[in-house]
Amino acid sequence: MLDLKDVSVIFNEGTKLEKVALDHVTLHINKGEFVTILGSNGAGKSTFFNVVTGSAPVSGGTIFLDGKDITDEKEHIRSKQIGRLFQNPSQGTAAGLTVEENLALTCHSGSGLFSIAVKKKDVELFREKLKVLNMGLEERLKTPIGLLSGGQRQAVALMMAVLNPPKLLLLDEHTAALDPKSAKTILEITNQLVHDEHMTALMITHNMTDALKYGNRLLIFNDGKIVKDFSEEEKANLKPADLLEFYEV
Amino acid sequence: MSMAILIKACELGLIFAILSLGEYISFRIMDTPDLTVDGSYATGGCVCAMCTLAGHPILGIAAGFLAGCLCGCATAFLQTKMKIQPLLAGILTMSGLYSINIRIMDGAPNVSLFSNSLKPVWTLLSDSKTQLIVLIFFVAAIGALLYWFFKTNLGLMLRATGDNEEMIKASSINVDLMKFLGLGLSNGIVAVSGALLVQYQNFADVTSGTGMLVLGLAGIIVGEAVFRKHTVASGLLASVFGAIAYRLLYTFALKLGFAATDMNLVSAVLVAITISIPYLRSKRRKKGHA
Repeated sequence: MLDLKDVSVIFNEGTKLEKVALDHVTLHINKGEFVTILGSNGAGKSTFFNVVTGSAPVSGGTIFLDGKDITDEKEHIRSKQIGRLFQNPSQGTAAGLTVEENLALTCHSGSGLFSIAVKKKDVELFREKLKVLNMGLEERLKTPIGLLSGGQRQAVALMMAVLNPPKLLLLDEHTAALDPKSAKTILEITNQLVHDEHMTALMITHNMTDALKYGNRLLIFNDGKIVKDFSEEEKANLKPADLLEFYEV
Repeated sequence: MSMAILIKACELGLIFAILSLGEYISFRIMDTPDLTVDGSYATGGCVCAMCTLAGHPILGIAAGFLAGCLCGCATAFLQTKMKIQPLLAGILTMSGLYSINIRIMDGAPNVSLFSNSLKPVWTLLSDSKTQLIVLIFFVAAIGALLYWFFKTNLGLMLRATGDNEEMIKASSINVDLMKFLGLGLSNGIVAVSGALLVQYQNFADVTSGTGMLVLGLAGIIVGEAVFRKHTVASGLLASVFGAIAYRLLYTFALKLGFAATDMNLVSAVLVAITISIPYLRSKRRKKGHA
């Protein structure tokens, strides 16, 4: 489903500050895989996401999504098929818009530009979906999202990403800014949604336990390369301590 | 103050309410103060004046709107396609519009709508009462249209772009297109205000736009002192009633003996102080804690 062929990203090419962020990465992701990604800071994980979404250009190589070359496709075109969740909850939601308006933003397919965005039947759908989260959000549809806690905002952002299920969901340390309890809740919800909606998802994390607990494939990035690629079976036998050796000290 | 003066102030207030409504889109929804306004306001007036002289006063208002939209799109073009800072982009358009506005008026810096063959447009509406009612209807219609628009899918996309551009960049919405839409619509409405003022005063002047950005902001800010909720409805109401209230205050200040030419300074000081109040408050609070 997602293929990277020999993809490189070099920042400040030809200057003293030259930095190879991705070094000839070739990767194949199958449909329905839930891949967790580990790696130290600067290993190239986020750059990897950036080239997939198109927010950073590649210096070389090709990217395919479902067999189609998307290397030169603009970000906002790609994002029809690729959803992304960021570390900072405020990045994924519009603070001044209410919960229902935020949800309606992702869910306007099928109705015209000039039709009312939040319709009665949408509200019913939102309420139903939010109830599953068990955070009481279904009662706060009319609240501006900026007034919610980080965990609640991230939960809504997650819901926005799956209301209109993307072909590929990228989770960029999406629980790193949350307190441990909210982080756990959001991860459980993520896991459940990815399974229920049969999505293909990639998740960057710094938490080795989470990386092993969730998903069915594990990639380890180092120095712009993928240094390890564990399958589901291999992953099941790993312990957090086994992973430490892949981090540069 | 006599009743006639009050009604006059209300009428002008209603015309400036349209200005504030237009600016509300750029200033609050898009979150960028758009300096195009000082140019597009005059453009709306100039275009309307020429249409009116040609015998089409109603068409003049529509043409003014379209001309204003174009001005906004020019600024959006500079911002998005040429990557010029928003403030500078607005200044460039505004500055260029000065020349264009004079061209529109056949090289004259001002045009009078009084002529032998033409009845002043505003006198078409026989008495002062009708004028007021027509204006109220006009403002209410624009306000209602905007309210509806901001509840549609497109309006929601525009609001989200102003609220969180990073998020919209990562979505399938085209941010550049939203800026064209927002600035175009904003300046179109601003230009309608300019067009109405020209018809109201039967006079178009290329310098009429000077200070209009700040005047419109003053209206929004006065209104927000009462309508504090951060919803679209509250924002639109704040723009309308703020602009009218500000015009009444303005008239009152003139009565007190302020020179009309001093009022730009009054507006500027008011806007400066009001915008910095949240900062000054937080600074004082911090000091209190220390």
